[in-house]
Amino acid sequence: MDHSRRPPAFFTTPGTSSFVEYLTAHSPELLPGRRSLPADRAVPAVPHATTIVAMAYADGVVMAGDRRATMGNLIASRDIEKVHPADAYSLIGIAGTAGVGIELIRLFQVELEHYEKIEGTMLSLDGKANRLAAFIRGNLAAAMQGLAVIPIYAGYDLDASDPARAGRIFSFDVAGGLYEESDYDGIGSGSIFAKAALKKRFRHGLSRDEAVRFVIESLFDAADDDTATGGPDLVRRIFPVVMTATAEGTVRMSDADVSALTQALVQERSNQL
Amino acid sequence: MQFYTSPEQIMRDRSEYARKGISRGRSAIVLSYADGVLFVAENVTSLRKTSEIYDRIGFAAVGRYNELETLRAGGVRMADTRGYSYDRRDVTARWLANAYAQTLGAIFSDTSKPFEVEICIAEVNDSPATDELYRITYDGSVGDEHGYMVMGGNADAISNVLKEEHQETVGLAEALALAVKALGSVGGENGAPRQIADRQLEVAVLDRNRPGRAFRRITGNALVSLLGPRAGSGEGAPSSGEATSEDASSDAHPSTPPAKLTSRPKPEPPKDADPAS
Repeated sequence: MDHSRRPPAFFTTPGTSSFVEYLTAHSPELLPGRRSLPADRAVPAVPHATTIVAMAYADGVVMAGDRRATMGNLIASRDIEKVHPADAYSLIGIAGTAGVGIELIRLFQVELEHYEKIEGTMLSLDGKANRLAAFIRGNLAAAMQGLAVIPIYAGYDLDASDPARAGRIFSFDVAGGLYEESDYDGIGSGSIFAKAALKKRFRHGLSRDEAVRFVIESLFDAADDDTATGGPDLVRRIFPVVMTATAEGTVRMSDADVSALTQALVQERSNQL
Repeated sequence: MQFYTSPEQIMRDRSEYARKGISRGRSAIVLSYADGVLFVAENVTSLRKTSEIYDRIGFAAVGRYNELETLRAGGVRMADTRGYSYDRRDVTARWLANAYAQTLGAIFSDTSKPFEVEICIAEVNDSPATDELYRITYDGSVGDEHGYMVMGGNADAISNVLKEEHQETVGLAEALALAVKALGSVGGENGAPRQIADRQLEVAVLDRNRPGRAFRRITGNALVSLLGPRAGSGEGAPSSGEATSEDASSDAHPSTPPAKLTSRPKPEPPKDADPAS
């Protein structure tokens, strides 16, 4: 009897709960970071995503990003979305090369969901952050060529001993370094200005409404000083993406709510001048 | 020294072997109801017979655990790979059922021991009429069932109960009651119906009204309250306290969707969890 015909590899590889490990073994062409890069350092003109901020508050964490992508001196997109849910309890935002970042987010989302389905339980928040750091490390060669991407990761830690500190924020460097930030953080070209704004506002135990207002303010301030960060577009009604992660899961604020807050802020600022 | 055995004989032997293995196990039911697709399996262990595969697709199986777990994990891998390379909408139950059929068919004819499993791939759609239920058996044959299907030992007897009483328009509680009644209609002493303890029921649904990932388990208190007071639930039904200890997660109320696959306490699901971009 012929025993040589085996069932497909999908069914005969027990063990791994990682989607990326699985792809590495069976469909490596689908993975980022496996493409040969040109030898010279001529960076093609590709869209870049900019400022994202995140801030912890009493019930969890809020993350917001402006809507602009730039390509050199051009605006590549006015309504790009750079903040996404990574899974049911965490959020991811990206700055840097938009194409690489979007692929990274997709892969990360599938990685978390895949683990959850195979194992029947979620990864810990630290486990998820470590996975993401490994992805960034894998992109190092491309980053050296100018296609860098930096994420910011924040989530509600279901295992936190103190519920008031369950909202946690992680930042990364281009070499895959993982750093836990206390309180707030920002990435992207406008983050210097946004973080300065958040620094003055942050305190422990903020309510959701306060935290949301502060992150919108910080993006407004970043757009004021950084050309690559888009301010609120009142003409086209394009506003920052604002998402929260709490014990109830991730929620994206409706455009109507963000619009109302933004308009109030614009009014307040114009009254000051 | 080789003796000649006819191919018919070989296939018959394998079929018989697989059927015997499957019929030893406890049964599982998959059925459509007004708000989704319900999975009910009689299961005395904590090893799962039902699972989420993808957004709108669920899996149920009976038979040998190691084999059905291999198939389950393989399905998740295939679905995730396809959804990642194309789009989430491109993962369909029919495609998956075909892949399972090919695999089980190849295993049946090419390896010396067939898989002793029977599986169901269910996809929830807009209405019970468009829900898809596929039955894939140990030899790779696929059946397209409508409304309900039963797998495992005594499947015929259980099917008869469902055949007479199943309606797609009923709500979750009624659908569950019927499934539990059908599972309990066999295996009692002298053919009498028996009561299945709450903790021996593995219950999950694909919720038609839930966007994104529709699969959720119903465990602990949520299951107890959904089952309601049952006639003759003597020693069979555990007190609610016992049920919670097993899984604290449990949805506070079954119609408010929470529950992922985990046993951690976690309230609501994400309102916005489906990967965008």
